[in-house]
Amino acid sequence: MSALLLARIQFAFTICFHFLFPAMTLGTSLIILASETLYLVKKDEVYKKITDFLVRLLGLIFVLGAATGIVMEFSFGTNWSGYSRAVGDVFGPILAAEGVIAFFLESVFLGVLLFARDKVSPKVYWLSALLVFVGGHLSAFWIVVADSWMQTPAGFAINEAGKIVLTSFNDAVFNPSTLVRFCHTVMASWITGAVMVAGIAGYYVRKGLHGEGARTMLKIGIILFALTPLLQLATGHIHAIEVINMQPEKAAAFEGHFNTAKGVPLYAVGFVDEQNEKTYGIYAPKALSFLYNFDWNSEIKGLKDFPKENWPPVNFVFQVYHIMAGIGMLLIALGLLGAYLLWSGKIYENKLYLFILPFLIPLPHIAHETGWIAAEVGRQPWIIYKLMKTADAASVVVGAGEIAFSLIMFFLIYLLLSVMFVKLFIKIVQKGPAV
Amino acid sequence: MENIQNFQVLWFILILILFAGYSLLDGFDLGIGTLLHLIGKTKEEKDILINSIGPVWDGNEVWLITGGGALFAAFPHAYATAFSGFYLAMMLVLFALIFRAVSIEFRAQDEAGAAIWEKSFFAGSALAALLFGVALGNVVYGVPLDNKMEFTGNFFTLLRPVPLLFGITGFAAILLQGASYAVMKTEGALQERSFRAVGILMWINLITSIVYFLTIAFTFQDITSNWLFYLAVLWTVLWLSAIFFSIKHKNDSCPFWESSFALIGLWLAVAAVHFPNMIKASNDQALSITIYNSSTGLQTLKLMSVIALIGMPIVIAYTIFVYRIFKGKAKASDHY
Ligand code: HDD
Ligand code: HEM
Ligand code: HEM
Repeated sequence: MSALLLARIQFAFTICFHFLFPAMTLGTSLIILASETLYLVKKDEVYKKITDFLVRLLGLIFVLGAATGIVMEFSFGTNWSGYSRAVGDVFGPILAAEGVIAFFLESVFLGVLLFARDKVSPKVYWLSALLVFVGGHLSAFWIVVADSWMQTPAGFAINEAGKIVLTSFNDAVFNPSTLVRFCHTVMASWITGAVMVAGIAGYYVRKGLHGEGARTMLKIGIILFALTPLLQLATGHIHAIEVINMQPEKAAAFEGHFNTAKGVPLYAVGFVDEQNEKTYGIYAPKALSFLYNFDWNSEIKGLKDFPKENWPPVNFVFQVYHIMAGIGMLLIALGLLGAYLLWSGKIYENKLYLFILPFLIPLPHIAHETGWIAAEVGRQPWIIYKLMKTADAASVVVGAGEIAFSLIMFFLIYLLLSVMFVKLFIKIVQKGPAV
Repeated sequence: MENIQNFQVLWFILILILFAGYSLLDGFDLGIGTLLHLIGKTKEEKDILINSIGPVWDGNEVWLITGGGALFAAFPHAYATAFSGFYLAMMLVLFALIFRAVSIEFRAQDEAGAAIWEKSFFAGSALAALLFGVALGNVVYGVPLDNKMEFTGNFFTLLRPVPLLFGITGFAAILLQGASYAVMKTEGALQERSFRAVGILMWINLITSIVYFLTIAFTFQDITSNWLFYLAVLWTVLWLSAIFFSIKHKNDSCPFWESSFALIGLWLAVAAVHFPNMIKASNDQALSITIYNSSTGLQTLKLMSVIALIGMPIVIAYTIFVYRIFKGKAKASDHY
C-alpha cells in the first residue's frame, strides 16, 4: 500500500475514533447544565444526583476525547506536512484559536466539575458547568470552522509566490458552510447525549432502580430525544441545500444523480451502478428538486457536468449518506413515540419501549460517523475543495513502513481503549446516581 | 510595529513562553507520574499523589496543544518539518501521552487492573518527560535538512549525544518539578520522602544543568558575547542552590517555585543560542529554518497576536482562579 493511502486510512481511523467522544461530551454537558440549573432553581436533591452521576460519566468520556484529540492536532504536522506548509496562514490560526479560546476553558473548568463539588458554592459549580458546556461547544465551533474552510474555502488569496495567504479572517471563519455545519454537528451531538441518557434511564426504570432520579432522567432524556432529531431534520435540510449550491458534484453523488435534469427524485434506499451510471432503488419522484427550493421542477446539476477525475466514489458516498439520513428519520419516529408515551404517562410501564431504549445508544453514533464520512469522502479528491488535492498534502519524508507501524499501534491502542471504555462505562452506569 | 520581522520575533518569544509554560505545568504532572512508585509507597499515598494532579493535568496539557497550534500558525514550516521529520519519535510521544492520560482515569475506576494502570501511568509519564528534551535538543543542536526544508535523517539521527544530553537534563528538571510539587501538596511521611527526593534531585539537576551549559558553550561558537546565555547560567544555578536552603528550613512551597525558576533558566539558554533559528540545519547553516524564512504572512501574525494577547491573559486569570480552589494539601479521597 502506498504511503498516501496508509496516511488516509490512519487519519480516517483516528478522527472517527476521536469523534465518538466529543459527540458524547457535548450532549452530556448540555444535560448536565440543564440538570444543574434545575438544581439551582428548584433545590431538589434529585437533580444534584443526576448531575453528579453524569459528571462521573463525563470524566471518563472526556479523558478519551482528550487523549485521542491530541493525536489529531499532531497529525497535521506528522502526516499532512504538505498541507501544513501550504495552509499555515489560514488553518494554523484556527487551530491555535481553538486552544486559546476553547480547550483551556473546557478542561480547566472540567477539573472543578469533577473534583470540587464540595469545595465551591453551588453558584460557582453551576458556572463551571456552564463554562464546560461553552468551552466544549466553542471547540466544536473552531474545529468545524477548520473543516468547513476545507469544504468551502474563503477569505484567502494566492500571492505572487503561489502561496495561500489570509485576507479576511472573518470570511475564512464564516465561510459559506460553517454555520450550517456547526448547527448540524452540534445537534447531532445533542441527539447522541439525549439518546444516551434516555437509554440509561430507560434501563433503570425498567429494572425499578434509582426511583425518582431515574424517572426524572428519563423525562429529560425523552424530551430532548423528541426535539433534537426534528431540529436535525431542519438543519440537515438547510445543509443539503448548501451542499447543492456550493459542492454540486458532492450533492449529486449523495443522490447518485448523473444527468443534469429538472424534477430530480430523492432516494430512500438504493444502489448506484457506477459502471453504467445508473441508480436503482426506492425513490420519491421529483422530491429532491422540491426540497431544494420548493419547486417540483427545479434543475439540479448531475455528476456528468463535472470531469470524472473529480468525482468522489459515488456508490460509497451514496450509501453512507443514506445511512445517516435513514437513521435520522428512524430517530424522529422513535423520539416522537417516546414523547407521546411520556405525555400520556404510559412510558414508565411500557416495558417494550424501555427495553429498546438502551439499544438505541449506538444509532446516533453511526449516523454521526457516516455523516462525516459522506462529507469528507464526498469532498475527495480534494483536501481543500478545488484548491489542493489530497495527494499533494501528505508528508514527503514519512515512508509507508513508518505509517504502517503507527497505524497498527493506533489500532491496538484504540482497541484497548474501547474495551476499557465500554467496561468502565457499564460499571459507572451500574453504580448509578444513588452513590 | 508594521514590520513583519517584529512579529516574527514576537512569535519566537511567545512560542517559547508556551512551550516553557507547558514544561513547568505539565512538567510537574509528568514528574509525579515518573516518581509515583519512588515517593508513594502505599495505595493511599499513590492516591494522594495522583489526586494532587487530577483536577489540573488536562488543562496543563492544553499548553502543549496550544503551543503546537501556535507553531503551526506562526511558523508552519518548522511545525511541518519537525513533526513529519521526527515521525516515529512523535508517535512515541503520542502513545506516551495517551497512556498517561487514560491511566489516571482507568486506575481510579478499575480496581482490579489498578496495578497495571499505575505502571502504564509511570511509563507514559517517564517516556514523555524524556522525549521532549531530546526533541528540543535536536532542533537546537541541528538536524540534516535539504533545500526544501525537509528532514533528511532517520530515527537514529535523533539519538546523538548532545540531543540525548538535552533529554536527560529536561528529564531531571521535570523530576524535580514533580518532587517539589509533591512536597507542596502532601504531608507526613509522604512529604518526608518527597523532601528527600527533592534533596537528591537538586544535586542531580546541578550536575546535569552544568554539563548542559558547558556543552552548549563548547558546541556553539558565538557564545562569548552572548549576555543572555550567561544570565541563564547564573539564574539556574542560583535557583537550584536556593532549593538547598528551602529544604533545610522545611519550607513546603518554595522548592516548587525555585525548581520552576531554574527550569526557566534552561529555556533562556536555548533562546540565547537558538535565536533566530527554528530548526538548525546541521549540514549547512544556510539551510536552517529560521523565524524569517518559515513564518506565515503579516496578516496571520497580526491576527494571532491579537488572539494571544487578549486570550492568554484571560486563560491565565481563570487558571489561577481554579488552582486557588484546589489550594492546600491533596487528600486520598478527593476522587469523584
Ligand atoms: C446524529 C447524527 C446525524 C443525523 C441523525 C443526521 N445527520 Fe446529517 N450529518 C451529521 C450527522 C447527522 C454530521 C456527522 O454531523 C455531518 C457530517 C459533516 C457535517 O456537517 O455534519 C452530517 C452531514 C450532512 C450533510 C453533508 C454535509 C457536507 O457534505 O458537507 C447533509 C446534506 C446532511 N447531513 C443532511 C442530513 C439530513 C437530511 C438528515 C435527516 C434527518 C441528517 N443529515 C441526519
Ligand atoms: C472537523 C474537523 C475535521 C478536519 C479538519 C478534517 C480534515 C480532514 C483531512 C485533512 C482529511 C484528509 C485525509 C484524506 O483526505 O484522506 C480528511 C479526511 C477524512 N476525514 Fe476529516 N476532518 C475533520 C472531521 C472529521 C470527522 C469528525 C470525521 C469522522 C467522524 C472525519 C472523517 C474523515 C474521513 C473518513 C476521511 C477520509 C476520506 C478519504 O480519505 O477518502 N473527518 N479530513
Ligand atoms: C467535528 C469534529 C470535532 C469536534 C466536534 C471536536 C470536538 C472536541 C471536543 C469537544 C473536545 C474536548 C474533549 C472531549 O470532549 O472529549 C475535543 C478534544 C480534542 N480535539 Fe477534537 N473535535 C473534532 C475533531 C478534531 C480534530 C480534526 C482535531 C485536530 C486538530 C481535534 C483536536 C482535538 C484535541 C487536541 C483535543 C484535546 C483537548 C484537551 O485535551 O482538552 N479534534 N475535541
